[in-house]
Amino acid sequence: METLINDFSPGLFVVQTILLLGLIFLLVKFAWKPILNSLNERETGIQEALAAAERAKADMQNLQADNDRMLQEARAEREAMLKEAREIKEKMISDSKEQAKIEGDKMIKQAQATIESEKKAAVAEIKSQVAELSVSIAEKVIKEELSGKDKQLKLVEKMLDDIKLN
Amino acid sequence: MTTFAQIFRSIIFDKEIMKEVSKVIKNLVLIIAAISSLQSFAFSEGQDEGAVNTKEEVSEYINHHIKDSHDFHLFSFTNGEGERKHVGFPLPVIVWSSNGLVTFMSSEFHHDDNGEVIVEKSGSKFVKLHSKIYELEEGATSVNLDESHHATNAHKVLDFSITKSVVGILLVGLFMLWAFSSLARQYKNKSVPTGFGRVLEPLVIYVRDEIAKPNIGEKKYRQFTGYLLTVFFFIWILNLLGLTPFGFNVTGQLAVTAALAILTLIIYTFSGNKDYWMHMLWMPGVPVLIRPVLAIIELAGAFLIKPFSLLVRLFANISAGHIVVMSLIAIMFTLKESLGVAGATGLSLILSFFITLIEVLVAFLQAYIFTMLSALFIGMAVAEHDHEHHHDAEGHEIPDEEDVRADFI
Repeated sequence: METLINDFSPGLFVVQTILLLGLIFLLVKFAWKPILNSLNERETGIQEALAAAERAKADMQNLQADNDRMLQEARAEREAMLKEAREIKEKMISDSKEQAKIEGDKMIKQAQATIESEKKAAVAEIKSQVAELSVSIAEKVIKEELSGKDKQLKLVEKMLDDIKLN
Repeated sequence: MTTFAQIFRSIIFDKEIMKEVSKVIKNLVLIIAAISSLQSFAFSEGQDEGAVNTKEEVSEYINHHIKDSHDFHLFSFTNGEGERKHVGFPLPVIVWSSNGLVTFMSSEFHHDDNGEVIVEKSGSKFVKLHSKIYELEEGATSVNLDESHHATNAHKVLDFSITKSVVGILLVGLFMLWAFSSLARQYKNKSVPTGFGRVLEPLVIYVRDEIAKPNIGEKKYRQFTGYLLTVFFFIWILNLLGLTPFGFNVTGQLAVTAALAILTLIIYTFSGNKDYWMHMLWMPGVPVLIRPVLAIIELAGAFLIKPFSLLVRLFANISAGHIVVMSLIAIMFTLKESLGVAGATGLSLILSFFITLIEVLVAFLQAYIFTMLSALFIGMAVAEHDHEHHHDAEGHEIPDEEDVRADFI
């Protein structure tokens, strides 16, 4: 202990204290302060960059989700449009068919009516011609028959038979 | 013959070769001048000892080494005439004597350490005894020693000399200023340092993140980090410098470690907050009668035990390291007879090699411990005590997760 106390140099203690204080002062001013500030700056910079990257990633994911949703929507819309178009087409076809049928029926009816009227007219015509023919025949027959009495009778009978047969 | 002469002349007068030759001569002259100037500083009149051979001489040499010295001694040898030569250079002696400030070079003591050479300056007579400078009392012409080798007619003077330790401190200080201010300058141009700064930056971050932040706390670490960084690198570099053959033993000087420890004491005493003084002087939560007793213990702890543990730990570790390394080197001489020259040298080399490796670790460890404990003491002084501790379901206190400092004491 005595040697230790004897070895203790107060002068060196004073010199060391002064030099150490000077060293601390100079280093704080010219080294530690700028170094620590730059380190802090850099670290906050890195942290901010990481956060920004994280945010960008989230944004990206949102965008992706949006895209997916829009794609889905577009697909659904197309689907709906196609379905509608198909329905319209079918409706048009069925409508046309209906129309055509109605038209056809109408035409058939008209045709039948025409045929009927034509038939009637023809029958009337035939009747009048038959009458005329019968009259002319009758005239001829009469002329013929009337040349002979038997013949006239025979003819009348025969004609009557024919008429009966008709 | 003529051809030889021609070749010779052509060599001599060849311009290129002339340049080379003159360069070589210049370098040689410089080297010789340097050596002779070193020689002129050499204390060739050493009247002592001769080679260090015996155990007593070895322990004397080691004792001398771990003390501070007033000259920078590099090596000694015995020349052809059997004269002992010491190579090194003197350092300025600055002392505060009874006749005021006196300065002279340490070479005036002629490498005497036994109080035999008397230097007379400004009316005072000085002698150097066991690495200390004494001023002789009025009228004394030579120093009288008692049986325990203490001077009876001389007293110590306040010695502000640029001793070997001061040289070491100055060198390390300049080195740190250069290294770290160049690192600081690098940040102006680039965010990641290059070269030597790339080595220094992780060390700075290490001290900040592993020593300052965990011990002082995220909020207040910043204002103490400058001190902690300075002390860490100061101690570490000086410890490493002590392992070089230049033989600095700066961190093994009590005065140096005391200055460091007292600075830590001043910092944590003056930055202590209300809680710190409250817990020291009037401990809450204990019976009133015990409080004064605790206060005495706490005061002794804060003002004596903490700084004393800091200064003695560093001093003792580094001094012990130096003594062990030098003792193991000395095996070469002390065990020469029993092991033979080769055996003693081999053993000495192996042991001192491994102990030097350990000392490199110790150099870092002691710097780390000193800085860590300084940070811890500062952290205890500035800690915010959260009186509203969290309670768990049964009402027991849950200690704060970060506040594990008390576990280290």
